[in-house]
Amino acid sequence: MDKQMNDYSKDFPILHQTVNDERLAYLDSAATAQKPKQVLDALRHYYAYDNANVHRGVHTLAQRATDQFEAVRVKVQKLINAKSEREIVYTKGTTEGLNWVAASFATPRLKAGDEVVVSYLEHHSNLVPWQVACQKTGAKLVYLKLNADGTLDLDDVAQKINAKTKIVSLAQASNVLGVVNPIKEIAQLAHQYGAYMVVDGAQSVPHMQVDVQDLDIDFLAFSGHKMMGPTGIGILWGRFDLLEQMAPLEYGGEMIDFVDLERSTYKEVPWKFEGGTQNIAGVIGLGSAIDYLNQIGYPAIQKQEQALVAYTLPKLLAIDGLEVYGPHDSNRHTGVISFNLDHLHPHDLATALDMEGVAVRAGHHCAQPLMKYLNVAATARASFYLYNTKADADQLIEAIVKAKEFFSNGTF
Amino acid sequence: MALSKLDNLYRQMILEHANQPHHHGTLAHLDHELELRNPTCGDVLDLQVALKDGKISDIAFSGSGCTISQASASMMCDEVRGKTPAEVEKMVMAFSDMVTGKKDEKADYDELLGDASVLEGVAQFPARIKCATLAWKAIYQAVNKEGEEHD
Repeated sequence: MDKQMNDYSKDFPILHQTVNDERLAYLDSAATAQKPKQVLDALRHYYAYDNANVHRGVHTLAQRATDQFEAVRVKVQKLINAKSEREIVYTKGTTEGLNWVAASFATPRLKAGDEVVVSYLEHHSNLVPWQVACQKTGAKLVYLKLNADGTLDLDDVAQKINAKTKIVSLAQASNVLGVVNPIKEIAQLAHQYGAYMVVDGAQSVPHMQVDVQDLDIDFLAFSGHKMMGPTGIGILWGRFDLLEQMAPLEYGGEMIDFVDLERSTYKEVPWKFEGGTQNIAGVIGLGSAIDYLNQIGYPAIQKQEQALVAYTLPKLLAIDGLEVYGPHDSNRHTGVISFNLDHLHPHDLATALDMEGVAVRAGHHCAQPLMKYLNVAATARASFYLYNTKADADQLIEAIVKAKEFFSNGTF
Repeated sequence: MALSKLDNLYRQMILEHANQPHHHGTLAHLDHELELRNPTCGDVLDLQVALKDGKISDIAFSGSGCTISQASASMMCDEVRGKTPAEVEKMVMAFSDMVTGKKDEKADYDELLGDASVLEGVAQFPARIKCATLAWKAIYQAVNKEGEEHD
């Protein structure tokens, strides 16, 4: 093992298998991360010993489940440095969190003439909810331009965020281009004009320290499954006073305070948003994933990912006919690398890589406006996480070279 | 080498069709036009069909997609020319069965589908079935538009 890199893969049982008779190199963590055995054990333990519904029932199991469920709120609060655990709302993922902010917070505040600012690199989940909010209210959706290397064009930012701006909603880290947006500076600008700053943290929270107070933002949404927790659990963080102003989106059990024949009163924030039986096991699994992240620490995770990118990116760029989208400087590149090989469609490339045991994503990455902006139909994407190793990177490079040979023997 | 498995998918004829697709372009006179997308990957297929005497007299496609989807569209266009909508429907069903591994052992797929039967290998690559079927879904919907609207 390279002395700069650690091998965390021992904690991830799924990685130790062969696919298509080859060693598995899992390079699709931007889609979903693998889970350490600590998380798998926590899920099993919960269902084997503590399973009960939360916030109701007086029996011991119900109390145990409730205690664990609420303890994770505090873990999330500390992870992102929120002021209070009551600013932490459980959702099913980033998409739900962003939809709630757009529908319940932004839509009642928007009117014709107002502007909502997003960028060309957004995931559909940070675009479509805003399109709908704008269609409903007559507000205008404004796109921030990108520089040639995929970073935000800051001159355009300075122009487009202005007195008309009511909401700025941006991904902190791109799921395609491997860039990180200067959220703190943009939030400051948005606040100067009285706009609210919403952040899609799906690709940042798993990989870097995100401090909501330091960034001085208003909302942050992220997903548990991309940070080694289970699927179906996510977090919406919002400033407490803003969450208080938001109406619940789901009505029913669990979220009510008192139900009369004609009207009901709701619980307080955050519980008023959590209608119906929650994904309790998901929450507990997320808590275990946060423990795992903390045990390794963001600095070590960043160091590992940086070392992997520094090793891989130059090797990719050295392949004749391979184009990398986003920055070519590994110091300014996250573990998400998008590329295309010659004129080969990325689906064909991804199938070839799969035959070599290498799992990458191919397609539009839920970012069709970005694909149009880059003038490509689709890209292949390799994404690294802390459990990847140099062996995975080598396997990727070798598989691309083999695929290139295979397809150039045809008529490509 | 693991890539040798790819030979089952990327047969020479498939690569040739993808590289130089037949019927690629647009028609001057057409009776039906249909745009189909594969939402998971962003592939787009625009299909134009002209009918004469109840048969497909001319056909063209454009759009973007992978080797499998382009080759499949090219082969489909070759094979459906001169066929009636009822015959096309039978071919579409046969193609669908073939690439999803539900082949009827008694049926002659070479006879039914002509060159397009080389796409049989797709059945071993479940993630790519949608690439192969896009063009066939499009022709099915295009010729069935005659009676009622399909989606």
